[in-house]
Amino acid sequence: MSAAFQKIYNAAAERRAAVDKPDVPVIHIGMATCGIASGALETKKAFEEALAQQGVEAVVHPVGCFGHCYAEPVVVIEHPASGFPPILYPNVTPGKAKMLTKLYLEEGDPRFEHILGATVENEMIPWVMEFARFSMETRIVTRLCGHIDPERIDEYILEGGYASMVRALEMHPDDIVEEIKSSGLRGRGGAGFPTGQKWELAARADSGGKEKIVICNADEGDPGAYMDRAILESNPHQVIEGMAICARAMGASKGVVYVRAEYPLAVDIVTQAIEQARESGLLGRDILGSAFNFDIEVFQGSGAFVCGEETALIKSIEGTRGMPINRPPYPVESGLYGAPTVINNVKTLATVAPIIEKGAEWFKSIGTPGSPGTTVFSVVGEVVHPGLVEIPMGVTLRTLIFDICGGIPNQKKFKAVQIGGPSGGCLPEEFLDTPIDYDSLNHAGAMLGSGGIVVMDEDSCVVDVSRYFLDFTQNESCGKCTFCRIGTRHLLDILSRITIGEGIPEDLEKLKDLSRSISQGSLCGLGRTAPNPVMTSLEYFADEYAAHVEEKRCPGTTCRALTAFYIDLEKCARGCDVCVGCCPVDAIFTTRTRKKGIDQQLCVKCGECKVACPAEYDAVRRVSPAEGVPVVERVETEDSRE
Amino acid sequence: MVEQNDDFEEEQILQEIEGRLAGFGRERSNLIPILQMIQEQYRYLPKASLELVGRHLAIPSAEVFGVATFYNQFRFNPPGKHPIKVCLGTACHVRGGDIILENFERKLEIKVGETTPDREFSIEKVACVGCCALAPVALVGETVHGGMAPSKVEGLILRIEVENEMRQRAAEKEKSA
Ligand SMILES: Cc1cc2nc3c(=O)[nH]c(=O)nc-3n(C[C@H](O)[C@H](O)[C@H](O)COP(=O)(O)O)c2cc1C
Ligand code: FES
Repeated sequence: MSAAFQKIYNAAAERRAAVDKPDVPVIHIGMATCGIASGALETKKAFEEALAQQGVEAVVHPVGCFGHCYAEPVVVIEHPASGFPPILYPNVTPGKAKMLTKLYLEEGDPRFEHILGATVENEMIPWVMEFARFSMETRIVTRLCGHIDPERIDEYILEGGYASMVRALEMHPDDIVEEIKSSGLRGRGGAGFPTGQKWELAARADSGGKEKIVICNADEGDPGAYMDRAILESNPHQVIEGMAICARAMGASKGVVYVRAEYPLAVDIVTQAIEQARESGLLGRDILGSAFNFDIEVFQGSGAFVCGEETALIKSIEGTRGMPINRPPYPVESGLYGAPTVINNVKTLATVAPIIEKGAEWFKSIGTPGSPGTTVFSVVGEVVHPGLVEIPMGVTLRTLIFDICGGIPNQKKFKAVQIGGPSGGCLPEEFLDTPIDYDSLNHAGAMLGSGGIVVMDEDSCVVDVSRYFLDFTQNESCGKCTFCRIGTRHLLDILSRITIGEGIPEDLEKLKDLSRSISQGSLCGLGRTAPNPVMTSLEYFADEYAAHVEEKRCPGTTCRALTAFYIDLEKCARGCDVCVGCCPVDAIFTTRTRKKGIDQQLCVKCGECKVACPAEYDAVRRVSPAEGVPVVERVETEDSRE
Repeated sequence: MVEQNDDFEEEQILQEIEGRLAGFGRERSNLIPILQMIQEQYRYLPKASLELVGRHLAIPSAEVFGVATFYNQFRFNPPGKHPIKVCLGTACHVRGGDIILENFERKLEIKVGETTPDREFSIEKVACVGCCALAPVALVGETVHGGMAPSKVEGLILRIEVENEMRQRAAEKEKSA
């Protein structure tokens, strides 16, 4: 370690020692956006108040996102004096926080019924590693997420952070490129381009006297994915360190983090992290006494999906509409302001420091030969344990969905998995044994893409989901290419017609034709991949399309125009009024027999009555086609006139 | 809507913006940061401000308008005091986010992108606020409400209205005291 870095490390250690109180309990609370959304701020406040009230001494330690969204707000309590190991508590409401302060922190009873597990192996409490959701993950990118306070650079440094950058400063730039190349790291932004090769091209490019540039792509446009944000919010320094190493390798002196303005917390945390790194002397001029200059600024993207595409991203930093341009020249030759520019995804950059630290061979030992390393997914939809999951490449979809994420809740059957967001595809059960890596998924017609995974059960409709993604891409098309601009509109119109029961048999062929033309006739990845959700679902779920078109039936009873609700009079309990109160449009009336009926004219099919109906009656039914609904005439009864 | 009031407000805003623009260089690359600054200050881009920006950067205001309308972030009418954002990200869509949106629209009698005449509420849609596990999700101001249901919509709005009334009454009491 260089003497200059040693000094920074020692200073961090000293500062830490000054605040560390051995024996005092520590309460770690996940405070990334997802935690806050689930009420972590209130939980934190409840802990602080309870501690003050009861005069208990403890340190409240905010950390980032732990990835276990189903359990937010997540709290880990270290209470050495109690004799118990650090304990992870899920779903800690303010009430639970108060209770734990009193019963555990003060009286030493950890309340076993509220525990998810212990974070270290021990004899008393099951270790979290005994659960697949924990043990089957391999955390490289997210290793420190949820463990350190992202707002304090010291915590990253003391966990070994920035040591790889120090190492890189001692290496010849060509050797860094070589190490990344031989690691086989491929871009995590979707396309999977070999990262080392990209860096090499940029290193060799003639900059014509301009400063070369590194851009971190944190635009994350997929409407159902949030790993990049979670990483930036939980451990921004690992990304900054990766950018610095990239800069060193390719000879860049300027960096830009392009993060969407809709991610205010991520913007704040990254901005602050950059400032802290600068103050510590890890960014700026002559870093650590070497001749290496590198500094980073944050650019806030204004929310256009297409700006995730690299040439559009550059255009938008330059202050114009973010419309993609033809390549070549590639950004590595002529990018931002014409300077050679490397654009890498957040996860790609966050993987760099671990590779430099542990070596290309170590990295290659994880994942598959064609796609080494890990990948981070946000798994959402109908699974028991949704959230962020980092797994080695090559794990199958089945393992991810059923073993790691706990399978489908409520004893429902699996129907499909949508992977890769608006550019990806919808895969049926037969593909569950597909290994997750770039090539296998491409082969299946889907795409690793951004890393968004949506699991659908038997009650979901693949036609509707395809329509949803088309609606998104159609909206987000920048309008440059005719096929993308008008073609996606046509696709959307056809799909919308099908979902309201106005599809005709010729539509299906037309969908295929149009899809093909759009893929071929568009300039950038947006248009080229926009038909993927339609093409894959048409191929694998042809029967669902047919049911919509020919029988006006939605097999998943999702499409509202094709379904209707009714109340099973056999099951409806006389005098129970639960559904009446919850109906937002007053469509539920009382029948002569004092049971309930639904006025089909008024019903907006929100399904609220189905949710509200007490489980012991379970009287509300949803059917498709809509004609299948039994007629119950609305008559004025004494009840309804009251 | 009270037109005069609006004009007056806008005039004041424009003067302020003029002052703030001085802090920005005249490079084209400042365009989006400037628009973001204006939106952050005033929560929308007053139409006339786009002209000021164009003049500052020496580009036609049509060009400024073109850029501003390209991006989803920018809005051109003031949001309500309680901006409501309904998530229509993938996870929220499959759990019925559109139904939640419809309920807000019906309850407030405005469409997505609009503001109620009394400027109390506005409705927008957003894509994934990052708590998909709580889907469907809606935000009122900065507060995230997970596990939304049509019946919760009414309660949420009612609560805000009650709070407003209480605040008003408290203010009146103070005045009379
Ligand atoms: C429409 C479209 C949207 C994209 N969105 C993103 C994005 O949100 N984040 C990202 O990292 N890459 C995105 N990409 C890919 C980028 O163009 C680029 O390939 C990537 O940032 C390169 O980084 P990597 O090599 O680390 O993957 C998108 C591409 C297209 C065509
Ligand atoms: S899709 Fe709504 S929070 Fe993610």
